[in-house]
Amino acid sequence: MPEKNYTYAVARIRSKELQLLDTQFINQLVAARSYHECVKLLLDKGWGQEGHMEVEQILAYEYKRAWDFIAELVEDMSVFDVLLLPNDYHNLKAAIKLVYTGLQEDKHFIDQGTINPDTILEAVRTQDDSLLPEHMRSSAKEAYQTVTQTGDGQLCDLIIDKASLEALYAAGKVQTNDVLRHYAELKIASSNIRIAVRSQKTGKSLDWIQRAMAPCDTLDVERLSQAAVSSFEAICEYLRQTEYEDGVEELVSSLSSFERWCEDRLIQKILPQKYNPFTIGPLAAYLLAKGNEIKTVRIILLGKMNQLPDDSIKERLRLMYV
Amino acid sequence: MGDLGMFFALSGAVLAALMAGIGSAIAVGMAGEAAAGVVTDDPSKFGKVLILQLLPGTQGIYGLLIAFITLNQIGVLGGTADISLIKGLLYLVACLPMAFVGLWSAIRQARASVASIALVAKRPDQAGKAIIFPAMVETYAILALLISILAVTGVGGISI
Repeated sequence: MPEKNYTYAVARIRSKELQLLDTQFINQLVAARSYHECVKLLLDKGWGQEGHMEVEQILAYEYKRAWDFIAELVEDMSVFDVLLLPNDYHNLKAAIKLVYTGLQEDKHFIDQGTINPDTILEAVRTQDDSLLPEHMRSSAKEAYQTVTQTGDGQLCDLIIDKASLEALYAAGKVQTNDVLRHYAELKIASSNIRIAVRSQKTGKSLDWIQRAMAPCDTLDVERLSQAAVSSFEAICEYLRQTEYEDGVEELVSSLSSFERWCEDRLIQKILPQKYNPFTIGPLAAYLLAKGNEIKTVRIILLGKMNQLPDDSIKERLRLMYV
Repeated sequence: MGDLGMFFALSGAVLAALMAGIGSAIAVGMAGEAAAGVVTDDPSKFGKVLILQLLPGTQGIYGLLIAFITLNQIGVLGGTADISLIKGLLYLVACLPMAFVGLWSAIRQARASVASIALVAKRPDQAGKAIIFPAMVETYAILALLISILAVTGVGGISI
């Protein structure tokens, strides 16, 4: 089926891309003398609003602004389910924990999702599954029962994270756009690798690992879980036989280096979208680039706040889209 | 048979105007969407993107020109309207280059224009170069126009 054209939207994205942060500006942020100087540079660049000084305040505003802009351009936002579904599951996790603990805070919810966070909270509070989409119902029920009966928050997270990855896999499968399909696959594969490494380090059982991992096309989950109960070297050995072989060196270095490698790989994959004038690809690429930019700025701001050396901050920086 | 000849000749004229016109309408619309996107965020680029939007509109004008010459030749716009079947078919064939090349080149030129509009959005100082890319596609529309003009006027001189 041919992809739908988004000629007007892509043209607007091209103008917006001019406002994305480039490597030069990122270096300028890193070179800033203090956290406050960083914030000032960001505010001058048009980030956040007057009076915003908190990291999360600025970043949440910027994230919301990017999604509001895309919502203005695209009538049917379901094309971005691949990007929005993880937020729904994050909200489900937050809702279950809020209901379990009886707290009233709503600051843990992410507004950008396929369903309203209040609906998820209401569904959990009233135990009314019909308010939730079908793919979420069984995991919501299982996770809620687990947390109320056993109080095991980690198991609750595992159930929801697995359901999130499965929903992402299903959404990626029906996706006609390469960028979004590739994003879904990379996200699931990197999550599986992370689960394997963490499980190996904490000595989890094969059953637990298999319960946590989700199916994906570029990894053999069975082999990866077997390797995870064996040794870290076995995980690396298996990954050397997959398309993630270039990331093994980073994985050996640290899990956060591997995560950075995955994110840089995604940015490299979406770079050709800068020259695609018609499909949803450039819009998805813009959202991914914006997400990457927000992560990078968070690293710098937190680094500055904790007075980390510039070199230490630079090591953690992501590849920029522009 | 004379009626059939006139029918085919008229079909040729109509096809040239119709197909090239459809091509240009699609193309100018497509480029217009992209141009509007750029102007929404930066109205100062209106002049630059307008040229790029108009470029694929020329095929429609070429189609109209061929249709006009053909109608004039076959006597629809005045004079005698006695066209043999063979001559009518020859007029039809003479109009086909403009009809097909007009339709296809307009749509392809629009794609190049949309890409160039994106270029102007990011690098307005490169607007001159951006115009060159879609303008290259124009070459083939002009070649088709030339052949159709030569053929239509040439058929008029043949006595069959």
